[in-house]
Amino acid sequence: MVIFYVLLVFMLIAAIIAVETDDLLSSVICVGAVGVGGSIMFLFLRAPDIAITQIVVEVLGLIILIRATIARDLTFISGDREFFGLVVSIVIMLVIFLAGVRVLGNLPPFGTPVFSQVPDAASRTYIAEGLQKTGAANIVAAIILDYRGYDTLGEATVLFTSIIGATVMLRSKCRKSLEDRNG
Amino acid sequence: MPYAMCFLLFMIGLYCAVVKKNMVKIVIGLAVMEYAVNLFLIMLGFRVNGAAPIVDKTCYDPATGRVTAGFLNAAVDPLPQALVLTSIVIGLGTLALLISICIRTYEKYGTFDITQIRKLKG
Repeated sequence: MVIFYVLLVFMLIAAIIAVETDDLLSSVICVGAVGVGGSIMFLFLRAPDIAITQIVVEVLGLIILIRATIARDLTFISGDREFFGLVVSIVIMLVIFLAGVRVLGNLPPFGTPVFSQVPDAASRTYIAEGLQKTGAANIVAAIILDYRGYDTLGEATVLFTSIIGATVMLRSKCRKSLEDRNG
Repeated sequence: MPYAMCFLLFMIGLYCAVVKKNMVKIVIGLAVMEYAVNLFLIMLGFRVNGAAPIVDKTCYDPATGRVTAGFLNAAVDPLPQALVLTSIVIGLGTLALLISICIRTYEKYGTFDITQIRKLKG
C-alpha cells in the first residue's frame, strides 16, 4: 500500500512543477514524469495492459508536446487573466471541488471494489465465463475485442477522426496553393 | 485516502486549465486531468492482494473448462481496465488535435498567450 502513496506524491509534485514552472519545455518534461508515475502505478494496481498502453501513449504524447514547444520563442507568459475570467475560473473550481468532496464521502473503501459485493455484476460474469466463451486468457482483451467490440470500433473511429483533423490543420502546402489561386 | 490524492491531482490539472494564459499550459492541464481520471477509474476496481485479470494454468480447471473460485474472488475488476484502455488511446488523439490547433495559432499570431490572441482579432 505504501508504494501507492509514494507514487501519488511523486505524481502530485511533478504535476505542481509542470503547472507552475515558466519554461514550457521543463513543464512538458514534468508531464512526462506524471505519465510515467501513472504507468508504474497501473502496474502495481494489477493492470499490466493499461501500464503498457500508458507508457507507449506517454512517449508519443511527449514527442507531440515537444514538437509544439521546441524552436518556438520562449518568452515567458506571466500575469493573471482579467477580473471577470478569474472570477469565473474560481467559481468553476469551487463547484467541481464541492461536488468531488461530496462524491469522496460516498466511495467504497480503497481495495474493495463494488463488483465484489454485487452478486450478478457484469465484471463477475466476464471473469467467470470470459475464458470459456471467448477463448481469451486475458479477460481485458476478451472484453475490448469481444464483449464490447463495438466500443473498440467507436474508439478507432474517434482516433481516426482526430488524426484526420490534426493532419488537415497542420498541412500547409495545399492550403497555401489554394490561397494563391484565390488571390 | 488514495482517492483524495487522485482528486487533488485532478484539481491541479483543472487549475492549470482554467487559470493559465499559455495555450500549451492549458493542454498540459487537460492531460493531467486525464491521467487523474484514468487512475481513479482503475483504482475503483483494485482489490487488496488481488491478481491481474489474466487466467493462467493454476487458476483454470481443464475438466470443466471453468476458472476456479479462488481466481474469481482474487481478480481485480476487468471492466474499468477495458474502458480506460479505450480512453487512453482517445486521449492521445485529442492531444494531437489540440497541439495542432496550438501550432496553427502560433503560426498565425506569433504567440501562445490567449489574451493576446483575443486582442489581435479582426
